[in-house]
Amino acid sequence: MTDKKVMLITGTRKGIGKYLAEYYLQKGFLVIGCSRGESDMNDENYKHYCLDVADEIQVKKLFAVIRKDYGRLDVLLNNAGIASMNHSLLTPVSMVRKILETNVVGNFIFSRESAKVMKIHKFGRIVNFVTFAIPLKLEGEAIYAASKAAVITLTEILSREYSPFNITVNAVAPPAVKTDLIRGVDDEKMDKLLKRQSIHRFGTPKEVCTVIDFFIQPENEMVNGQVIYMGGV
Amino acid sequence: MVTKEEIIEIIFNSIDEINEQNETHLVKNEKTKLFGRDSDLDSLGLVNLIVSVEENINERLNVSISIVDEKAMSQKNSPFKSVETLTDYLMQLLNQA
Repeated sequence: MTDKKVMLITGTRKGIGKYLAEYYLQKGFLVIGCSRGESDMNDENYKHYCLDVADEIQVKKLFAVIRKDYGRLDVLLNNAGIASMNHSLLTPVSMVRKILETNVVGNFIFSRESAKVMKIHKFGRIVNFVTFAIPLKLEGEAIYAASKAAVITLTEILSREYSPFNITVNAVAPPAVKTDLIRGVDDEKMDKLLKRQSIHRFGTPKEVCTVIDFFIQPENEMVNGQVIYMGGV
Repeated sequence: MVTKEEIIEIIFNSIDEINEQNETHLVKNEKTKLFGRDSDLDSLGLVNLIVSVEENINERLNVSISIVDEKAMSQKNSPFKSVETLTDYLMQLLNQA
């Protein structure tokens, strides 16, 4: 078993996920990342796996490797997610299914398999990623917000199911951050959105890490099943 | 082809683990009940046992399976009733994989 703390992050090829991998490598974690495509990250403590987070067989193979090669898993960051910003009248069902598969089914499979490894050492921290689109009820994001609302429910219920194993499950809703997820949204819409936050500016991935750092501290055993909305939503 | 003896050994090994972790006294016997009034295991104990059996199968037989699937959930007679029923179910599952 490795002496280093092991963190698994989904969706590390780009955006916040890539930043998280780099940030936690610097903090001394051994980071396992995954995404559908290859990663250009090059670090001896980073290992990348190409897979679809909703493909149970592929995910189970990844966890077999984690068990065998590392013997432990301390933290899971369920970061992978896809969005579609479209009026519901213009949203095909194929897109609905794709979003639910990645955001809900993928989240569930990773949480379940992680808990199985974490429970061996009676320690684990799972952090899910949700969205301000839920409380702000953003038009055009019906399916994305609905999928993340499901993730909040998973967070709340899994936190109770896993607490006997000293595993906490919490969620962070990042503020508006300039990533590919909002690439297609025009400036006027973004300005309006920022005004609905109590802090009227874009957030940074580093600021998102402050919340994750808080959730994953080993001493932080009493914060469980919680959602923190950043940006003052 | 996995033998019945191998599966029983895996289940007994998991019973040892569960007894040690949870201070239960589950007997290593084919007739041992795994849930219900006559069982020493509570619902969380059963979850722990099933996960442990999955892990042991993975380690010893190098096969990755999910013991709890739709088929198991929809069976009239639960495969998780006793060590014996679990053994039969696993034989079926592993030898068709």
